[in-house]
Amino acid sequence: MSASATAPTLDFGPRPELVGRGINEGARLFRDWFAELSRVAEAGQGAAYIFVVGSFMEILKAFDMPVSFPEMNALQTAIRRVSREYLAQAEDYGYSPDICGYVKADVALQLRGGAHPMGKVPKPSLAVLTNGCNTYIKWAEIWERLYEVPVVTIDIPGTRDFATKSQPGSADFAYEARYIQGQVEELIAVCEKVSGKKFDIDKFREVLANANALSTAWRRIIDLNVNRPAVYNAMTDGTVFLGMANAFRGTKEGVVYFDQLVEEMEYRIQHGIGVLNKTESGWSAVPQNFRLSIVGTPCYPIFRRFDDMFTKYGGVFVHSSYLWFGSGGTCAGYTYDLKNPLESFAAVQLQMSRDAMDSMFHQARLLETTAQPYGLDGVVFHPIKSCRTVSTGMADQRRHVAEKLGLSTLILESDFMDPQVISEAQMKNRADAFFEGLIARRHQSAA
Amino acid sequence: MTPRLFTGWEGLPLERLFGRARDLVENPHYPTVAAWRAQGGKVLGHFQVYFPEELAHAAGLLPVKIRGAATEGMEAESRFGSYLCSIIKTSLDVALSKGIELDLFVTHPICDAARNLGAIWGRNFPYKSQILYLPQNANSRHAPDYLTHEYRRLLADIEAIAGRKITDEALSAAIALYNESRALLRRLYVMRRATPWLLSGDECLILTGLAGFLPRAEWNAFVTTLIPRLESRPAKAQDKMRVVLEGGFCEVPPIDLLQTISRSCYVVDDDLNIGLRYLVDDVALAGDPLRNLADAYLEHSSYSPVQHDLRKPKEKMLLERIENARAEAAILVAAKMCEPGLDEQVAYTKALDEAKIPYFISEFEENQNSFDDLAIQLETFVENILFD
Repeated sequence: MSASATAPTLDFGPRPELVGRGINEGARLFRDWFAELSRVAEAGQGAAYIFVVGSFMEILKAFDMPVSFPEMNALQTAIRRVSREYLAQAEDYGYSPDICGYVKADVALQLRGGAHPMGKVPKPSLAVLTNGCNTYIKWAEIWERLYEVPVVTIDIPGTRDFATKSQPGSADFAYEARYIQGQVEELIAVCEKVSGKKFDIDKFREVLANANALSTAWRRIIDLNVNRPAVYNAMTDGTVFLGMANAFRGTKEGVVYFDQLVEEMEYRIQHGIGVLNKTESGWSAVPQNFRLSIVGTPCYPIFRRFDDMFTKYGGVFVHSSYLWFGSGGTCAGYTYDLKNPLESFAAVQLQMSRDAMDSMFHQARLLETTAQPYGLDGVVFHPIKSCRTVSTGMADQRRHVAEKLGLSTLILESDFMDPQVISEAQMKNRADAFFEGLIARRHQSAA
Repeated sequence: MTPRLFTGWEGLPLERLFGRARDLVENPHYPTVAAWRAQGGKVLGHFQVYFPEELAHAAGLLPVKIRGAATEGMEAESRFGSYLCSIIKTSLDVALSKGIELDLFVTHPICDAARNLGAIWGRNFPYKSQILYLPQNANSRHAPDYLTHEYRRLLADIEAIAGRKITDEALSAAIALYNESRALLRRLYVMRRATPWLLSGDECLILTGLAGFLPRAEWNAFVTTLIPRLESRPAKAQDKMRVVLEGGFCEVPPIDLLQTISRSCYVVDDDLNIGLRYLVDDVALAGDPLRNLADAYLEHSSYSPVQHDLRKPKEKMLLERIENARAEAAILVAAKMCEPGLDEQVAYTKALDEAKIPYFISEFEENQNSFDDLAIQLETFVENILFD
């Protein structure tokens, strides 16, 4: 059923089939992706376990390795409202209520032999991780113990001090990139052993070319949302996009998907079609009274209801730090030099992972330059119990944003996995008060 | 010669000496550090766990281990959310309330919370704040070169504060001083394993706590004087169970908690302030001092839940620690909300179950001030084992 047929009151212009394609196609491709993972698991084969910050997908795809993102597996249990069952099982096994919910959901998944609401997840054949999140390290140690699989931990020297960050062309940047390149070469040796295949540099170039195309289009998507009206909700729609950016990086399907997404968003800008909500009766336009940024993750157990707290006042998330760290910085638009694939791969990995980390630790500073082009009216901080990486600095960043940028801010504390930690009524009250302030502020400035 | 900062202990009976030292360790205003600054000295604060203090010492800076405090944390309260360990909050609190003033702050990505401190500190203080990325890929053959270079980069920042270049000779002299210090720390731990009635776990924690902020030469002289007095202490061995305490690698449990445990057990080894003892052998003095420090960190070091090294599975290392200490049981503690510590407890318990070594699990917090329940639980634990 076409979008235009289900929403007769909305004018989608001459090519209505473009509108909403990104969301629909994303859902279809993601189901296919899980079906393939299930096929691998049923065949008794393993998958490389990787993470969103520094996935090294390009290396693994050069070996045609199936990959699994444990973070995505975990968040799907929350979206499908079974995360509490998984968390409880891991807690019964011995894990504390006070650690990352993603880790616990994965532990339960492993204890269940890979059983997942979207299919079956293969066991790990290899784990590749970075220090982009310290919990990655502790998490992979669990697989080491459970399966004795090879674990490759790649150090990415992150930003030491925001003001003096090493830049390409500097001696410091060169030595950091060299360190990563050396580790990548060691990873390749492990992949050769695990896959039984020799590394093919030409195939690697092909994968990098695909990743370049995806990164370029992905960056374009990020930039297009400065448009008024915003053409996508950076939290809800954005989560679909970043899932695609992670799972299909380096693939032809990923290139096609993002090229089409750019086509859709440019079309929507051209025809003034802003953010849409998909309802049972079709698409509905979301009023856009306030342009907001969300710092942190979505609230997966109440994914839509969390967004509703804002859309009911015409608050639209036009910007999200999650798109940066959740996609491992791939949305920054860096591209590889295909003439120097390994050297360039290392340098770009450094830049992307560092951007991803900075989007968590230094988001307040980044907002100094993004608030104006995005026309932000306010910033919503969403610290969560599960993730200290994302959450520890948020209250302090909020002070910075309020004091230095003069933006209205809201902080809502909850979790992205455990529904028992989410106090929805309290969050709604706070969101209501936030909008009362925004409305009053607007009236004052109009007077 | 720098005037001594910790005074008034000479000639005191050991119990009073430890009382005086404890007051200093627990004082959130770091009076000796303030005295150092009053003399014109500069201070480098480094967060837990390991930091190559030799770099600061060689530049004439006082390296101070930032390891929280038993404060209310009011100044820092508005900068943090709910789900966080205490040490992160109280460390910032001590600095915000001017309990300690620094010229440079260095944190480490030991955990997801601690790595945030670099940016938080940077937003709240005018001096430089940064992260030292110690390798988590200790197994890469490129790690030693990287770490050497990383130390060189950090040294440049330290030189900028000191206002002078640091020579290799100064670095080697600092390494020699710290080698002496590490040897003294090892002697204290040998004493605890061999004759735990001469030095209790809580007393040892006080001594290592002092090493976190006193100029190291002064600490060396103090402990060198103290050791013979401990060895000749008129204490008798008691029929107590020998235990290893594990889980205090970052946030330090209250000294009263150690005292509570020591009433029913000999804590013959632990991982408290492990960063000060992380390098387990003397660091080489010949050659490039920074390379020597890097090699020591990667090749001659202890373990903790916050360093990944395929050669050092933590549960195996714990079993070795227990065996080497001839301990009968383990006490596994974790600071509340300490993710790496809580993660590790699962692996520890599985390994201890398999090795049939009894263990006791508990959580702690810096501000904890009631230990009655813990004492009763521990007594029950000990009785169960003794009468099993």
